[in-house]
Amino acid sequence: MKPWLNLRTIGLVFLLGLHFIGLKAQDEEEDLLSLIEDPEITNYTFATFKTNRVINLHSVENTAGGVLDFKISHRFGFLNGGFYDLFGLDQASIRIGADYGLTNNLMVGFGRSSYEKTYDGFIKYKFLRQSTGARRMPITAALMASSAIKTVPFSEPDRENYFSSRLYYTFQAIIGRKFSEGFSLQISPTMVHRNLVKTWDESNDVYAMGVGGRIKLTKRMSINGEYIYVLPNQIGPDYRNSLSVGVDIETGGHVFQLHFTNSTSMIEKGFVTESVGNWLDGGIHFGFNVSRVFTIVDNNKK
Amino acid sequence: MKNIITIFVLLIGLVVNVSAQKYFTKTGNISFHSDTPMEKIEAVTNSATSVLDMETGKIQWAVLVKSFSFEKALMEEHFNENYMESTKFPKAKFTGSIDNAGSLNLSKDGKYNVTVTGNLEIHGVTKPVTSSAEFVVKGGKITANSGLKILVADYGIDIPSLVKDKIAKEIDIKIQATYEAMAKS
Repeated sequence: MKPWLNLRTIGLVFLLGLHFIGLKAQDEEEDLLSLIEDPEITNYTFATFKTNRVINLHSVENTAGGVLDFKISHRFGFLNGGFYDLFGLDQASIRIGADYGLTNNLMVGFGRSSYEKTYDGFIKYKFLRQSTGARRMPITAALMASSAIKTVPFSEPDRENYFSSRLYYTFQAIIGRKFSEGFSLQISPTMVHRNLVKTWDESNDVYAMGVGGRIKLTKRMSINGEYIYVLPNQIGPDYRNSLSVGVDIETGGHVFQLHFTNSTSMIEKGFVTESVGNWLDGGIHFGFNVSRVFTIVDNNKK
Repeated sequence: MKNIITIFVLLIGLVVNVSAQKYFTKTGNISFHSDTPMEKIEAVTNSATSVLDMETGKIQWAVLVKSFSFEKALMEEHFNENYMESTKFPKAKFTGSIDNAGSLNLSKDGKYNVTVTGNLEIHGVTKPVTSSAEFVVKGGKITANSGLKILVADYGIDIPSLVKDKIAKEIDIKIQATYEAMAKS
């Protein structure tokens, strides 16, 4: 008896089978692109906040490399000034400033505030970027250092005053995450150093924890809020924690931030350690930040 | 002996079968611009991928929306966040075929003009498109050029009235690629 199921036959059938598989594969070859492997790329999260400030606090966003961000920030007087002061509109505190991105992760900024005629400068470096894909990182993180010089005359001109007494320094870490398209949250552990304080009871180094977040309502508008908790027994009893709520409205090259805040100053040493307004009795400023960006160095030609 | 010949014939058949020529690129160049008197917007990427199957005339393209680079960083952010919504729709794709693929001989030097028809998917919306393309084969190097115009509104991309003078309704897209033969597997 000749076995029909010998090795040779099996081989032939197998080869024939391969032909059919080959033909079939071609018929079903709808997705040609699957033939070339997609390199896994890192997907960096962008637009965690609309601009580089939540309200007063620095956000995890940086000004992009080669971009100048001109900022005008304004705080009107306290709402409890009543009708006589037109609910604060008679008074104004202003900071004019400019931020510049040296690279996409490193930015510097300068500003001048009318409040105590203060000049300030800062440097901010983003060292972690939230990402998915090849490189996964759950958070974005940055470090910020700023200094400020108060140029109003010393309150006690008769005693010996040092130039260093005009100086203030702030060190801050900013750790944030864009949880979804609509929700971003960040925390900002902060230390403000004051060379000179008013009384013995106040500390030169003030430690605080800022929290800021936003809820995006539409593609071009979001609600922002921030609160800065100052650890106890560091600042005078008249000072309060800073609380601000507002909206961001983006229109092409501008971002308008409109808000209510109990802080008069728009720089760290001021809004962290010297906020006097009380939300509960109308010690609230209406204010706005207007940001306008100018591209100085063309992105594609860098 | 007869069987050996049969096996041999079958094997040859198999080789021929898998050698149906396919070409690909991973460095496809796609650029687009929007020209209005108010603002000129230009973006470019060099990482589009494409596969061309010469046996069937089928051609596919894909590009990561986020890979487009703009001269202004803010334009790039707005492009991704507000217009293309690249987190939701990460890729733009084209699936189609070369109508007159028979006239195209990529192993012979020359210039070939062809018509490509298919479906273009942008921002999650798929629309049929037709475009002419030019293939140039020179010393084994295959380059392809094509271009098309699309209407922003066709793809469900909303331009708010505030910036409607700055963004053109019709976007001009240019595509360029150097195809390589795919390794036979």
